[in-house]
Amino acid sequence: MIRIPCPFCGERDHSEFTYGGDASIEYPPLDAPPEQWLRAVFERENVRGMQAETWHHANGCRLWLVVERDTLTHEIRSVRPAHAGIAQALEEGR
Amino acid sequence: MSARRLTDGGRIDRSQTLRFTWDERGLSGHPGDTLASALLASGERLLGRSFKYHRPRGVMSAGVEESGALVTLGRAARRDPNVKATTQELFEGLAAAGQNAWPNVRYDLGAVNGLLSRFFVAGFYYKTFMGVPPFEWGRGTGMWMRYEKLIRRAAGMGTASRAPDPDRYEHAHDFCDLLVVGAGPAGLAAARVAAEAGLDVLLVEQDFELGGNLLNQPHDPAATGHARELAAVAAAGVRIMTRTTAFGLYDHGVAGLLERVTEHLANPSPHLPRQRFWTVRARHTILATGALERHVAFGDNDRPGVMSVTAARSYLNRFAVLPGESVIVATNNDSAYAAALELARAGAAVTLLDARDTVPEPLSTAAADEGIVVHTNTAPLQAQGARSVDALRTAVADGTGWRTGATFDCDFVAVSGGWSPVVHLHSHRGARPVWNAALACFLPGECGEPLHVAGAAAGIWDEQACETSGRAAAAAAAAALGKSVPSVSAPPAGGWSAPIRPLYEVRVAGQKLKSFVDVQNDVTAEDVRLAHREGYVSVEHLKRYTTLGMATDQGKMGNVIGLALMAEALGKEIAEVGTTTFRPPYTPVSLGALAGRGKGSHFRPLRRTPMHDWNLAHGATMTEAGLWQRPWFFARDRESLAQAYVREASTVRTSVGLCDVTSLGKIAVQGPDATEFLNRVYTNPFAKLPIGKARYGIMLRDDGIVMDDGTTWRLSETDYFMTTTTAHAAKVMVWLEELLQTRWPDLRVHVTSVSEQWAGTAVAGPESRAVLAACVIDPHVLTDESLPFMGVVETRLTGGIPCRIARISFSGELAFEVYVPADYGPAMMDLLWDIAEPLGGCLYGLEALGALRIEKGHVTGAELDGRVSIDDAGLGKMAAGNKHYIGSALRKRPALVREDRPRLVGVFPRDRSQTFNAGALLCRAEQVAGHGDGWITAVTHSPALGHWIGLGFMVGGHAAWSGKPVVAADPVRAGNVEVEIVSPHMYDPSGARMHG
Repeated sequence: MIRIPCPFCGERDHSEFTYGGDASIEYPPLDAPPEQWLRAVFERENVRGMQAETWHHANGCRLWLVVERDTLTHEIRSVRPAHAGIAQALEEGR
Repeated sequence: MSARRLTDGGRIDRSQTLRFTWDERGLSGHPGDTLASALLASGERLLGRSFKYHRPRGVMSAGVEESGALVTLGRAARRDPNVKATTQELFEGLAAAGQNAWPNVRYDLGAVNGLLSRFFVAGFYYKTFMGVPPFEWGRGTGMWMRYEKLIRRAAGMGTASRAPDPDRYEHAHDFCDLLVVGAGPAGLAAARVAAEAGLDVLLVEQDFELGGNLLNQPHDPAATGHARELAAVAAAGVRIMTRTTAFGLYDHGVAGLLERVTEHLANPSPHLPRQRFWTVRARHTILATGALERHVAFGDNDRPGVMSVTAARSYLNRFAVLPGESVIVATNNDSAYAAALELARAGAAVTLLDARDTVPEPLSTAAADEGIVVHTNTAPLQAQGARSVDALRTAVADGTGWRTGATFDCDFVAVSGGWSPVVHLHSHRGARPVWNAALACFLPGECGEPLHVAGAAAGIWDEQACETSGRAAAAAAAAALGKSVPSVSAPPAGGWSAPIRPLYEVRVAGQKLKSFVDVQNDVTAEDVRLAHREGYVSVEHLKRYTTLGMATDQGKMGNVIGLALMAEALGKEIAEVGTTTFRPPYTPVSLGALAGRGKGSHFRPLRRTPMHDWNLAHGATMTEAGLWQRPWFFARDRESLAQAYVREASTVRTSVGLCDVTSLGKIAVQGPDATEFLNRVYTNPFAKLPIGKARYGIMLRDDGIVMDDGTTWRLSETDYFMTTTTAHAAKVMVWLEELLQTRWPDLRVHVTSVSEQWAGTAVAGPESRAVLAACVIDPHVLTDESLPFMGVVETRLTGGIPCRIARISFSGELAFEVYVPADYGPAMMDLLWDIAEPLGGCLYGLEALGALRIEKGHVTGAELDGRVSIDDAGLGKMAAGNKHYIGSALRKRPALVREDRPRLVGVFPRDRSQTFNAGALLCRAEQVAGHGDGWITAVTHSPALGHWIGLGFMVGGHAAWSGKPVVAADPVRAGNVEVEIVSPHMYDPSGARMHG
């Protein structure tokens, strides 16, 4: 069990969340050539160490989050909403 | 002579007597007893038979490390095998029995195995029965499987009940600033100091009393030190859980606890669970888990009457049981002397063997004062006695080895081979224990987490120093958590007046002895050397080959001996050999506790539609569809399932039927950019969907495979009502949220799951318009002109019930889907059924729904299984060529557009009277082999066509197989059936009925 500090709900068990994937992937525009999509969808790094990844707080606020997590130690360095506008609104609300 | 109860002393309550049975014989004990202490006090010594050799076994410890006194508790459905008698609290009416023996542990015919023991060495089963001629010639592992059954019966542990577990278990959750594991001197001090500093402290103790090793000391009710400490702990506000084991430590301060709630009660309240499985999140954790005393490998060291010194001390002082009259205490360290003195004061004749060459002061003087003869340079060589020890042969140090020494008569032997700190929980966090040669034990390694180790768990032997180390750990935790407390410096490990002499095995050249390393698994010192000779030199291989350190005690007493012997055989240091990895659980956790309440109907959530009771009242038989309960069929007059669904499907085609479709996923897609969003998500165009129209849409995954399908209704410029399949409702919702939040944050769209907010029913069949028209306040909204195929209208039903109606069809008939706010669901059904029933209509369930859609070749989850492209599903024309959408790039990968991919087809039996099964493989008639050319996904009897039909996938699609003989191969179930491959649109392919 790892614990994820959700910026909205506080620190919660990871069983409330669903793992998304590598958050560093830039999905290409819909009209991009298949080669670009192939890279984005299939070619993944298997990171040992700190990795930015998406998690969905499915049984919480339903927000998609970007979590910086060490894949070796589970240390969590940062958590922020994936949506830049929501992240900014959260910052301003503080 | 054997053990006896002392007339006074101990922590038992002599004013009450508890009766219990052992192998159906009535015995008694007192509150405060464990089963082991009560059995010892009753003169019982032989309590078990060993795993492999059926050797007699007795109590070897006074705690969780027990590997001798494993018994079966309870009767019938509550029969619980392999219970450690040393930790089971006594209660009135307790029923215990010996195990792995027939007829009983005292006269066990299985003991014949002991005579054959030289054949039963490590790896015996594999060497003898696996792959060795003549047992296996040409037979695979069949013979092995047969032998294994016999062997498992002869060698083994207790037998579990096969009846369902009648007890209840609970899951519980908690939080704390500081979790303290273990309530000995270190843990008590740590908990008190931390709580006094203002922390929320949870103290857990596996025993039923707090005190740890303090409980093993002479109990003087007049002395109040222990009681005062307990009162201070309680007064400081420490939350205390006894009978609770911290069995595992996990990431981020999460601990797993097992609380035994009723296992010590004669008549527990039926409202209480047997056990609670706790998940605790602690900001800091202090492990004050103590240390376990090690055994020494010497000949027949498993005889009843041989136990650890600390166990002897515990039985004497805590349970007031004098374990023997003529006692030999054998040690290699200082810790055994206290017990020897106390045994002598209690009246036993005590002889002390010390493997070291000198006895340090003041221990030697104290021993002399009690009349204890101390033999230095002396160690136990072999216990004698058939069922219980009656003499001990000794060995005398001879250079680095041993030679035979004197033999002493005795009725009890207490052994101390040194101490192993309980580093298990610490190791769960990935911190490797580090061998300390001076103390001859593993100490907890570096961890880097908010985890502190205190007391004997850190290799600190002195009681006062343990307390100090507890306070030091608490101060460190409190400081880290922002409390200002004076720091305390932690004492160093160690604390004996003279060093330990490492001693793992005593043997004399030329003598063959059965010297047990791991008593529970019948692993001997010779087995370890055999493993070495056969090349199993890594500790992990040693464990798996010999079973050293496996089973319920996980090698708590024997592992270090095994490592030491392997190190010796390899000519290495123990530090180089290392140790096996400790993993949770520290002590066994029952499957019932892991399951908690989550079994049977509570295994997963249950979802019922608002019309659930209405459906039941109208004759529905329900079935599971994911988490949902849905009507399966509505039998009339004792109809079978088959009769009912065929009638229902026919009625829909000829008259009208109503079907609860509430379980479909429903998502409100709202916002100025909703249209653009849908246009990107669906393969087909949504940009020009007019208000008041619905469209069937397909969405793909990024990789171009079909994710889901459903209809989406445009209610206004900015408001859409999306429906999804029942199975994928949650997945689609998550996907839409991901797209909006992570990929397209610029789109001004909000998605809301409204699946629970709307109750839905399908009204299908030629009479559907008539039925619905009679139920809406303005029937004109339903005319073909006002509501053409795929039209949407928001209106009201009779009585003003707000509703949404779309003219869409899954059945292929003229049909409508009607949604009302969930609470109006039954009212809607009443309105519709009042009209439909007199018209000869029916209610239909999932089975008829399936029949109707298979006739039409409409796909569901059975077809859209995550491997199917939009072309495979025969829906390629739904993929727009003039726009880009999710999956549009990758759906055209070469392998996904090959002509010979399996495509959706219809299947007819060649002989129309025959049937076939979903899951059958479709093979060309001349080659019924392998994976075939396709498969069948769904089968129904078609009332419209009058015979069985199916849907499936076939290489190249139906046109490629026109007129060719094909076999639905189902060799292990229904057998093979000749079939024809046809268009999946098996009924009304032009859709005239639906549009009419």
